[in-house]
Amino acid sequence: MTGTPPNAAYPPRFKTGDTVKVLKVDVPGHVRTPWYIRGHVGTIERYCGAFPNPEELAYARSGLPAQPLYRVQFRQRDVWPDYAGPAHDTIDIEIYQHWLEPAGGASR
Amino acid sequence: MSSLDHHDHDHDHAHDHARTLRKDQDDTITHYRAMEIAVRELLIEKGIITPDGVRRAVEFMDGRNPEYGARMVARAWVDPAYKLRMLKDGSAAAAELGLDVGPLKLVVVENTPTLHNMIVCTLCSCYPRNLLGLPPDWYKSRNYRSRAVNEPRVVLREFGTVIPDDVEVRVHDSTADMRYLVLPRRPAGTETLDEAALARLVTRDSMVGVALADTP
Repeated sequence: MTGTPPNAAYPPRFKTGDTVKVLKVDVPGHVRTPWYIRGHVGTIERYCGAFPNPEELAYARSGLPAQPLYRVQFRQRDVWPDYAGPAHDTIDIEIYQHWLEPAGGASR
Repeated sequence: MSSLDHHDHDHDHAHDHARTLRKDQDDTITHYRAMEIAVRELLIEKGIITPDGVRRAVEFMDGRNPEYGARMVARAWVDPAYKLRMLKDGSAAAAELGLDVGPLKLVVVENTPTLHNMIVCTLCSCYPRNLLGLPPDWYKSRNYRSRAVNEPRVVLREFGTVIPDDVEVRVHDSTADMRYLVLPRRPAGTETLDEAALARLVTRDSMVGVALADTP
């Protein structure tokens, strides 16, 4: 893409331990954020580096600037209201930064 | 033998045709299948790749197997410093043993007395193929992919793996650029085993997290 340096990446907004909320939006096309986790609040487990956005790569675009990728940890009982296992069970999911917003405000 | 004349004989034998006779998958030319053939033939015609090169690449991909991952696990069991490096950077730890994980980033997650990890890819079938080979059919099934995330303990029990309630179960949904390998716990009674003998206890399923490592 003209004018975009090959190593261009958005700077990371979050750090390990930050509380984040996954956007609850329904967008068409190739999407890497599973439906079941949208709208849920979790904690940044680690920053994984920045990667060309696969939701752009899928349409033969450059995916640049690269999107920071995180592993975000959720409590299973927060994700599934009927979760039958113990309260300490968790699920870790890789989520790109453009799907995350700082949590702490009023949750929906 | 065609599938038609195959059915001319009597059916008084025990095997199940539906299971033993797999239908060829080249019976329909889909858009992507046609594109693959066209691109491959053009590349060969232009001398960029060779049929033997394609065959070798397929043979290499099919040859990868869980022994690679098992070597990493066994090394981690006998070498605490290696284990720390592996948990920090799985790809570098694989390279240390001469294993090529390609450009993908490997994340190794450790089972402990208080934590059990299991891996799923709900979106498709992401799997550390370089270290475990081709994924098993169940890993790619809709059943496993949908249920592993919301009733992991039930799925684990179906695999014969019972995790006590005081142990946290952590599911890893492999949705993007990371690939995951579970570092299972070293079984009791293996103190005298060498690294090669330990590696034989490390099954594919224990590295996906649906089972524990074998006991000697």
